[in-house]
Amino acid sequence: MEFFERFAIPNPSLAIYASMVAIGLTVVAIIAGLTYFKKWGYLWREWLTTVDHKRIGIMYLLSALIMLFRGGVDAIMLRAQLAVPDNKLLDPQHYNEVFSTHGVIMVMFMAMPFIFAFMNYVVPLQIGARDVAFPRLNALSFWLFFFGAMLFNISFVIGGSPDAGWTSYFPLAGNDFSQHVGTNYYMIAIQISGIGSLMTGINMITTIMKMRAPGMTLMKMPMFTWSVLVTNLIIVTVFPVITVALAMGTMDRLFGTHFFATTNGGMDMLWANLFWVWGHPEVYILILPAFGIYSEIISTFAGRNLYGYKSMVASMVIISALSCMVWAHHFFTMGQGAVANSFFSITTMMIAVPTGVKIFNWLFTLWKGKIRFTVPMLYSLGFIPLFVIGGMTGVMLAMSAADYQYHNTMFLVAHFHNTIIPGVVFAMLAGLTYYWPKMFGFMLNERIGKWSFWTLTIGFCLAFFPMYITGLDGQARRMYTYSEATGYGPLNMVSFVGAGVMAISFALIVYNVYYSVRYSPRNIGADPWDARSLEWATHTPVPEYNFAVEPQVASSEGFWDAKKKGHALFPGKVEKIHMPNNSGVPFIMGAIFFVLGFSLVFSLWIPAILSLIGILACMALRSFEQDHGRYISVKEIEETETKLRGAK
Amino acid sequence: MKVDHSLPLEYGTKQNGLNIFGFWVFLAAEIMLFATLFTSYFTLEHRTGSGPSGTEIFEIAPVIIETLLLLTSSFTIGLGVHAMRLGRKKAMMTFFVITLLLGLGFLGFEIDEFITYIHDGATLQTSAFTAMLMTTLGTHGLHVTFGLFWGTAILLQVKKRGLTPETANKSFIFSLYWHFLDVVWIFIFSFIYLKGMM
Repeated sequence: MEFFERFAIPNPSLAIYASMVAIGLTVVAIIAGLTYFKKWGYLWREWLTTVDHKRIGIMYLLSALIMLFRGGVDAIMLRAQLAVPDNKLLDPQHYNEVFSTHGVIMVMFMAMPFIFAFMNYVVPLQIGARDVAFPRLNALSFWLFFFGAMLFNISFVIGGSPDAGWTSYFPLAGNDFSQHVGTNYYMIAIQISGIGSLMTGINMITTIMKMRAPGMTLMKMPMFTWSVLVTNLIIVTVFPVITVALAMGTMDRLFGTHFFATTNGGMDMLWANLFWVWGHPEVYILILPAFGIYSEIISTFAGRNLYGYKSMVASMVIISALSCMVWAHHFFTMGQGAVANSFFSITTMMIAVPTGVKIFNWLFTLWKGKIRFTVPMLYSLGFIPLFVIGGMTGVMLAMSAADYQYHNTMFLVAHFHNTIIPGVVFAMLAGLTYYWPKMFGFMLNERIGKWSFWTLTIGFCLAFFPMYITGLDGQARRMYTYSEATGYGPLNMVSFVGAGVMAISFALIVYNVYYSVRYSPRNIGADPWDARSLEWATHTPVPEYNFAVEPQVASSEGFWDAKKKGHALFPGKVEKIHMPNNSGVPFIMGAIFFVLGFSLVFSLWIPAILSLIGILACMALRSFEQDHGRYISVKEIEETETKLRGAK
Repeated sequence: MKVDHSLPLEYGTKQNGLNIFGFWVFLAAEIMLFATLFTSYFTLEHRTGSGPSGTEIFEIAPVIIETLLLLTSSFTIGLGVHAMRLGRKKAMMTFFVITLLLGLGFLGFEIDEFITYIHDGATLQTSAFTAMLMTTLGTHGLHVTFGLFWGTAILLQVKKRGLTPETANKSFIFSLYWHFLDVVWIFIFSFIYLKGMM
């Protein structure tokens, strides 16, 4: 029995036991369902072994949505706990675990895969490619992310969740102050999915640099592709930093080293620095693709080409460079002195300039446009004013002297949610609605979509604007309760109501999917939004080879040129197409990584070593295997093309 | 697969070109990885706690031998790639085998060095400095170890399948990796050992 005691939850509560039962029932239901409907073979052949960028994109999307709900439930619990003074809903330890997992899940396991979903699905289509440069590596990236996310999520029923915040600062995250295995989960789960992200970075850079359609020079790439290129350059630059930091943190916890300890020469601030050297660029990894999606949507629904293309590109490149020079603004109060603080203060404020350029470019794109107020456009229009407020409070926080007042208060919490929700989440929901017809062949209902937009926006304002005020009043973040005398009660109640309204909005999104699956018409054609770039030039649903004939473009809006200016988009004739074979190795490797991670969390060395050998064996298998892919014949392509054309 | 004969064999197909480009991007990430390790090392260099400092534990003789072994192996793998471009499979394989043997020799001396450190009371747990030293050296050493297995796998494939666009591509990429490890070692030699002994 002693062996099994380590897997027990350190701070059990009724909610956790209930989740255990729920998880158990869900697993049983999934297995029973798959067996009953005889879908195991379908699942394995069509999804688990796929190397198709479109299917991988859809799997990222589904995972992101599931994680959005997990993180959302965490958020509701936090707001419920703070809704009234001296609340006893959650105990302090439980509260710590909930805000830690909320942060990690929303950043690493919701926003990142959401972005990867669009990168994977859209970029090869936008540049006229057949797939990404390394399709199998792409599948491995996904499975590493997926199993990393699963490893992180089982923490709250096996062994306990991390409780040192999503930043996991040492020495709090060290063994002395975080005694149960929660922080091990943090270190190892993020490590596994981080390796996946790094591989995606390499894959996307190679794809964009080397596989663009003829005629598409760098300055003729659609803006979303540009944003993905810049984002992946940041990923390749900064993910190795978190790899090292997490490895050092893991060694501190598992092997008793003293990197971030306060004894034997250790330096706790080294963790904070390394974390934010990655962590700050990470928020730009999230926001730049969001900017890319807004650029696509705003230009489509304003019916105009994007204003200031070159300045859009330049501002993204400048943002990416500056993003690596601002990390210390996360700890102005930790005593690195006035000179360092001034430097990081100024670089931080400088980021507002290229961001402002982008805002004005979007406004000028709208100027004199024939605006169609569709759901994706509503999100984009809501984004502009709300994000400006988030940006302005960011400039307030950037002033290092004033930051002594704001630091670690609810003001900060309000600020970064104010940038991430209207910035990233709105973009993801806009992108979801915009690309849904391309992905699934029918549109989401516009009326329900508008309801969810308005509830989300109103809920957001109710939830987060009060925090600016309580924060300035001194309400600290990450405190599990406050006394009635502080007077924070009423505004926190408003926040709770806001969180509830946001929850309604997400429920409406789910209902919208259900409703649209049942009632939406299926004969929508390939271009339901009257859009401008190449992804809309192929059929819906997209055939596995994307384009029967390689497209040829002369501007960043090849499809628009073809529609309006008589540009010949597909001048060649159909030839046989080379496609990669499916492979089960990425999935199996991901699963072994999961076992490795789990064994490391609980210091089970023998299974850890065995799974390490398993991973190396998978790599060797790949090296020795001779897989030249397969060809789709001209006849087959023509049959598919006729069929898809007929369906229009 | 279409093979373009105007290019060297390792660049011959479209996928080969992608592989090499992608590997360069990977090396960029590796540079960031080692840059982070070096930065952390410089930060923790003098934070020795109650343990020994670099001056007390570094010995020049094994380090010089390690350096010579690794630099020579970088030269021989260069010769190997040259032989590959001339289409001389046997010469190429010989140079690759020599490279891997030199790598193995390097690894032997490095393991011996680690054992000496532990004997001198400089273990992973002693201080932030010793942990960082061993992590930085160890990361490089693990890369070399991985390279030994990887290189052997490629050699077996060249032996069995001859110099095809695929095997040539793999061998070339492996040579990039090996040269990169050599460059990292030069930084380790200069900024960890020499700086530490001054």
